[in-house]
Amino acid sequence: MRVKRRNRLITVSFVFIGAAVAVGLMLMAANENLNLFYPPDKVVSGEAPTSTGIRAGGMVLAGSVQRNSENLDVRFVLTDYKGSDFEVVYTGILPDLFREGQGVLVQGQLGEDGVFQAASVLAKHDENYMPPELEGMGA
Amino acid sequence: MNLTELWHRMGSPRWFYQMSGPWGTGFATLAVVLLVVGTMWGLAFAPADYQQGNSFRIIYIHVPTAILAQSVYMMLGVAGFIFLVWRMKLADMLLQVMVPFGMGVTALALFSGAVWGRPTWGAWWVWGDPRILSMLLLLFLYFGLYALRAAIPRAEAAARACALLALVGLINIPIIKYSVEWWQTLHQGVTFTLTEKPKMPIQMWAPLLVNVIGIYCLFAANVIIRLRGEVLRRESGTAWVQEVVATHDQARRGHSGDSGAMA
Repeated sequence: MRVKRRNRLITVSFVFIGAAVAVGLMLMAANENLNLFYPPDKVVSGEAPTSTGIRAGGMVLAGSVQRNSENLDVRFVLTDYKGSDFEVVYTGILPDLFREGQGVLVQGQLGEDGVFQAASVLAKHDENYMPPELEGMGA
Repeated sequence: MNLTELWHRMGSPRWFYQMSGPWGTGFATLAVVLLVVGTMWGLAFAPADYQQGNSFRIIYIHVPTAILAQSVYMMLGVAGFIFLVWRMKLADMLLQVMVPFGMGVTALALFSGAVWGRPTWGAWWVWGDPRILSMLLLLFLYFGLYALRAAIPRAEAAARACALLALVGLINIPIIKYSVEWWQTLHQGVTFTLTEKPKMPIQMWAPLLVNVIGIYCLFAANVIIRLRGEVLRRESGTAWVQEVVATHDQARRGHSGDSGAMA
């Protein structure tokens, strides 16, 4: 009985470890493709494909947001604060959390001229929460 | 009592049934109190977030359900492992009765996440976000465990298949946990852990902790009550269950009109 149980323990452990290794290798192989979006350096370096639907993300550069006074056109620059930035044009309503210095995700096409034509803009937010009166106090 | 003896006793359905009588109601009471306090506190009294305003309050449902969705699956995996190696009957019963609750909290975590995503991100659902996809896979694993047991008529074969699926599905848990660190995601990083300094002040964090403990109690109550029922169902041919039923019947006849005497 004891031997039987030990054999089962070994078999079960092998099945589990084998499955874990297989999944691990698959994830490592697929690693790049599992990223939800291209960061600014990939967009600037040309690693992101042009003229096809992609997602790109970055921080909205302070002072870069230009709104058209007659329609909903808006232009802004996304940056990684490490020297890579690209321009985005978008027509539509921006999410409530869109603001300068905030992370956003744009879906659309990267033009040959390096300007991103966004079809939608999603706001990314971080895991820090605080009440309004504590803002800026680093709470 | 030495450890081996304790281990064997814990695996005895009869021992569990006799021990656990008052546990279910105890945990259920605790759960109701904690969840009412935590939810009221979080929804009405905790401060709003400086950026998200009131929609931040969805955290008081989203985080507890998401934590439990993963915890329950980890317990399923451990129960599956114990059943596969030691063939402990109680582990298989546990594996069976934990699935519906886990399925429910996973669905609720995904739903509350979608409701939260709409005002903050600007989208209900983002296909391709690793955190969202791995949580969806978790929901499908719960569906699979439920369906697999129903699909195999022989109880012993069903138990083995479910145990193996539960164990192999365990691989998804670290993927869910680290998805926000390994890949670029829209989902934010880890908000709530017991090991690190919270990313929010105490007046936001305390009601969340109350709700997390509350939902664990609700889970415990649900599992204990369902497990007691499952023990009686599966052991219905044994002398001790027939004795339990006979005593119960006798007590009911003795107190006819006195409802709930043996509840």
